[in-house]
Amino acid sequence: MDIGLYSLDEIDARLAEVDEREAQELIDMMASSQKPIPDDLEWLQNGPRNPILGWGQSWSIFPMAFGLACCAFEMMACVFPRFDQARFGMEALRPTPRQADMLLISGTVTWKMAPIVRRLYDQMAEPKWVVAMGACATSGGTFASSYSVVPGVNRILPVDVYIPGCPPRPEAVLNSFLLLKKKIKGEHL
Amino acid sequence: MIVEIDASNVASQIEQRFPSAVEDVTSNTIVIKGNMLLSVAQFLKDTPSLDFSFLNTLVGTDYLDYIEVVYFLESITHQHKIYLKVRIFDREHPIIPSVVSLWKSADYQEREIFDLLGVTFKDHPNMKRIVMWQGFEGHPLRRDFL
Repeated sequence: MDIGLYSLDEIDARLAEVDEREAQELIDMMASSQKPIPDDLEWLQNGPRNPILGWGQSWSIFPMAFGLACCAFEMMACVFPRFDQARFGMEALRPTPRQADMLLISGTVTWKMAPIVRRLYDQMAEPKWVVAMGACATSGGTFASSYSVVPGVNRILPVDVYIPGCPPRPEAVLNSFLLLKKKIKGEHL
Repeated sequence: MIVEIDASNVASQIEQRFPSAVEDVTSNTIVIKGNMLLSVAQFLKDTPSLDFSFLNTLVGTDYLDYIEVVYFLESITHQHKIYLKVRIFDREHPIIPSVVSLWKSADYQEREIFDLLGVTFKDHPNMKRIVMWQGFEGHPLRRDFL
C-alpha cells in the first residue's frame, strides 16, 4: 500500500531519520545544560535602558498560551474573570511565540520537551521574559533526580521570576506578574 | 455495566482447547504461558460465547522475579471482561508474541512496555521506543533501573 508519493518503507525510513535527529538534538541539549544558567541580575542593578520604553513594555505583556503540566490549570484560572490578569494588561494570551514576549513555564519540563521549549523561546522576539511556575519548573521538584525531567528550567533558559508552590495559587502567579512588571520597569523589588 | 466474567469457567474452556496453557486462575484473572498467548488470545476473541473483541488496556509490571504483562479484555456484545496475564521469567531477553494482529489498540501500548520494561513483542510491526528517545540506555520502569 502506498500513501501519496512515498511507499511505506520510505516513510518508515524518514520517520526513523526524524527520530534519530530528535534524539541527537536532545542528547546535545542534555550535554550542554549540565549547569543552571545564572540569573540575570544586571538588569535589576542598571534598570532598563529606556525607562519610558520599560514602562510601556510593562503594561503590554503578551504571555504565551503554553501549558506544560498541571500548573497550566492555575495559569488558565488566572486568565478567567475570577482572578483576571487582564487587570495588569496581559489578558491576550498569544498562541504563537512570534507574537508573545513572556513565556510562562507552567509545569514539569521533560528532557523530551526541552528542545521544543528552547526553540519556542528562541522564536520569541526580543525583549522577552521567562517565568518559571511551580516546583517542577523552578527546581525539578519531586522529580529532580528523575531520568526524564529537567531539574529546573533554568538549565535550558534564562529565568526572570520563579514562583514557588505545587501548584502555585493564582494569587501567587499574579504576584509574579507584578514582580515581572517591576523588573521590566527597573524598580527595586 | 461491564461485569467480570467467571474466570475459572473460561480457564476450563481454554484448558479443553489448549492443554497446559493455563498456569494459574483466580476469580477474575487467568495466567497463561507466554508461548501460548497468541493462540489463547485468538480463541478468546473468536469464540462467540466469549467474544473479547476489545482490548481495553495493556500494562506491564516488574516483580523482580518475573515481569508480568496484563491484558484487560472486554466484550462489547456480552458486556463482560476478564484479565489475562503473562509472566516472563527471563529478565535478560524477555520476549512474548505481539497481539497487534488481533487488537490494533495493542500497538502503542506494546511499544510503551517495550520502552519502559524492555519486553520485546515478537512480530510487532514497529517495535521501537515510544516515550523515551532513541539511544536511551536501560528501561526506566524496571525495579533495578537505578
